[in-house]
Amino acid sequence: MAEAILRMTGIGKEFPGVRALDGVDFRLLPGEVHALMGENGAGKSTLIKVLTGVYSIDSGEIELAGNRVAFAGPLEAQKAGISTVYQEVNLCRNLSVAENVFIGREPRKFGRIDWREMRRRTSDLLRQLDLPIDVAKPLSHYSLAIQQMVAIARAIDIDARVLILDEPTSSLDAGEVAQLFRVMRRLKEQGIAILFVSHFLDQIYEIADRMTILRNGRLVGEYVTAELPQVELVGKMIGRELAELERLDERPPARTSDTLVEASELGGRVAPFSLTIREGEVVGLAGLLGSGRTEIARLLFGADHAATGTLRIGGDQVTLRTPRAAMARGVAFCSENRREEGLVPELTVRENLILALQARRGWSRPVPRKKQDELVAKYIKALNIRPDNPEMLIRNLSGGNQQKVLLARWLILEPRLLILDEPTRGIDVGAKAEIQKLVVELSDGGMAVLFISAELDEVLRLSHKVAVLRDRRLVAELPNDDTLTTDVLMETIASGGAK
Amino acid sequence: MKTLALPRQLPGRLPRNYLPVLVTGALFIAMFTAGGIRYEGFATGQIILNVFIDNAFLLVVAVGMTFVILTGGIDLSVGSVVALTTMIAASLLPSTPSFLVILLVLAIGGVLGAAMGAIIHYFEIQPFIVTLAGMFLARGLCYTIGTDSIPITDPTFTAIAQTRIDLAPELWISPTVLIALAVVLVATYTLHYTRLGRNVYAVGGNEQSALLMGLPVARTKIAVYTVSGLCSALGGLLLSFYMLSGYGLHAVGMELDAIAAVVIGGTLLTGGSGYLLGTVLGVLVLGLIQTVISFEGTLSSWWTKIVIGLLLLVFILLQRLIVTTGVSRER
Repeated sequence: MAEAILRMTGIGKEFPGVRALDGVDFRLLPGEVHALMGENGAGKSTLIKVLTGVYSIDSGEIELAGNRVAFAGPLEAQKAGISTVYQEVNLCRNLSVAENVFIGREPRKFGRIDWREMRRRTSDLLRQLDLPIDVAKPLSHYSLAIQQMVAIARAIDIDARVLILDEPTSSLDAGEVAQLFRVMRRLKEQGIAILFVSHFLDQIYEIADRMTILRNGRLVGEYVTAELPQVELVGKMIGRELAELERLDERPPARTSDTLVEASELGGRVAPFSLTIREGEVVGLAGLLGSGRTEIARLLFGADHAATGTLRIGGDQVTLRTPRAAMARGVAFCSENRREEGLVPELTVRENLILALQARRGWSRPVPRKKQDELVAKYIKALNIRPDNPEMLIRNLSGGNQQKVLLARWLILEPRLLILDEPTRGIDVGAKAEIQKLVVELSDGGMAVLFISAELDEVLRLSHKVAVLRDRRLVAELPNDDTLTTDVLMETIASGGAK
Repeated sequence: MKTLALPRQLPGRLPRNYLPVLVTGALFIAMFTAGGIRYEGFATGQIILNVFIDNAFLLVVAVGMTFVILTGGIDLSVGSVVALTTMIAASLLPSTPSFLVILLVLAIGGVLGAAMGAIIHYFEIQPFIVTLAGMFLARGLCYTIGTDSIPITDPTFTAIAQTRIDLAPELWISPTVLIALAVVLVATYTLHYTRLGRNVYAVGGNEQSALLMGLPVARTKIAVYTVSGLCSALGGLLLSFYMLSGYGLHAVGMELDAIAAVVIGGTLLTGGSGYLLGTVLGVLVLGLIQTVISFEGTLSSWWTKIVIGLLLLVFILLQRLIVTTGVSRER
């Protein structure tokens, strides 16, 4: 095997309270496409940021072509031959294609920019990538895929030896992906090492030669793609968390109560899907990150608009234009982004708790302070929020307790459908068990719950039935009976439900 | 002008970026033709030259403003810097050699601009606020020098003011026009044939991307405000040649005329798109409006403002239209 162009050994990186990377080894060979795999929080983006000089490392070393390196920033990394192309293209769309490739290092003649030479060299470069486009046109004239390839052209022309493609395909259609892959194969032939990140398993298996899997900041292993079946890959990415959590009662068989939510051929940023949720039923959504779990939740909450299909809630056909409309129908949504889409860190526990209730009442009818205190005291006790001081700023609470406050905020509204998106991610085991128990109690009380989690154990433990997603498509709906195990779920995710 | 840079790309279809410039050019020709039909003695070359003569200082200031607006910024201090320049020049000229005075005021303008640029960039403050502060500061400084108009009697200044350069019989310009045109040429070259110029467009297009592409964003942003400061000081000198006085109330509201000229010339206020040719045409249109109104005779000069206001509105709507149709075409 060829000598590695890039070798990272024992990389450690710590953020306050989190060990983002823990002794990770990584190597990249010239002329290979190497996929970096892992779920959210596995450490993929931290590793890339360490490699491109955005973050410094706490321990370990990086060798590039045999020399030990430490980059102070993306520019230094770029100069050393490590270029990154991000999903959102970092070019200037108002400038011409040629300028985007050459700006900052334009060819000059007699001290002035030689436009003709610049266009000629850009054309040559893009022709090598099978991209015969008019380079004098502004970049905004072309599709996102072509813009990305222009970014790649810029990167390789700055003599990149290592090219990092961070989720380049997430907003491309199939034809554009094929075009990108052609370019990647050509670069591979030229001996460039490509680090590829994508959530689409099919793409990984199509293009990647080898892969490195991370989980929870640790290295799981390095594999040759062709030798690792998809089901094993999924298992290695998700991992299994055993026995640590309190065993909850076996779930009763599927509920026979009234149908609360009925989506038929509903589609938007996910392929059209049909799904029913009964009162008191917990429906799990299983799938990898980016498989469309959150998109389904946002559709049901009116945060995204449906492009196709119909939605019935409680028997009435509804068109949800805003989250407010969904809330009026009794839908509540606990976002996976606690920080950005949920909590207001500078407000107290009480204020955060009351927020949704107040929003429903409208600003002209404030919730009386006495009522607030009653409600807050009740939910702090019911959910065991600690510390139990309602006037504490929420940013000072632990992740698990923040999550409980967020949950309580929606519970105050007494919703009919509660959508929980990754409610247990990044919180400690104790709080996790408490939240799981709460879900069971709520469903016993008749509330319907849509439960989204990357952890299959958890989905399996809580759900009456599980809908499996892959590549933004609902591929299977499985009743949670004795035959359903995490292995079956992984198999379904890996095979896309096609058996 | 990209026309110089990309001559081979033009045949067939013009990029839509040129549309506002073309509209401004067409407007100028239409106004000139209409004036020629309506008023006797209007359709002469000297009328256009007079527009240049009367607005040479505005042209120079607008060139600086174009740099700033191309990066997506704005410079409200220009009018005050012009006034400050006339004031400093008029107060120093009796005792100081004129070339020293000229160097000094240019330096002051450049330093003021550079300081504002540095504050805008390093403290990440809105250009609007920083240059608003600069505007008050410069205007206030005028009154610390003196509250009354100071006449300029310096021989060099009066010589420049009184020189007529004959181009042909019945056609003449002043030296200030030559200076202004030289500034336009140098600025055009800078914008289209130097890295600084291209960086200006890149920063205006997407500052974050420019940074990630390794372009010197800090240097570029400070440079454009320095250019604007320099142009304001030079504009102030041209105004002193024209007025032969220094006064704290000179050039009140000129920043708005300059912005109007740049916008009417088709430069996007959000940055990244526009041409200096457009700015020249914008200044000419503004000047011609004044000429038309003075030919009309009975109209109050406030009509100038009303027409400029309407034009601005039309041009901003036109830009919005171009930008939105452009976006929808990409999707």
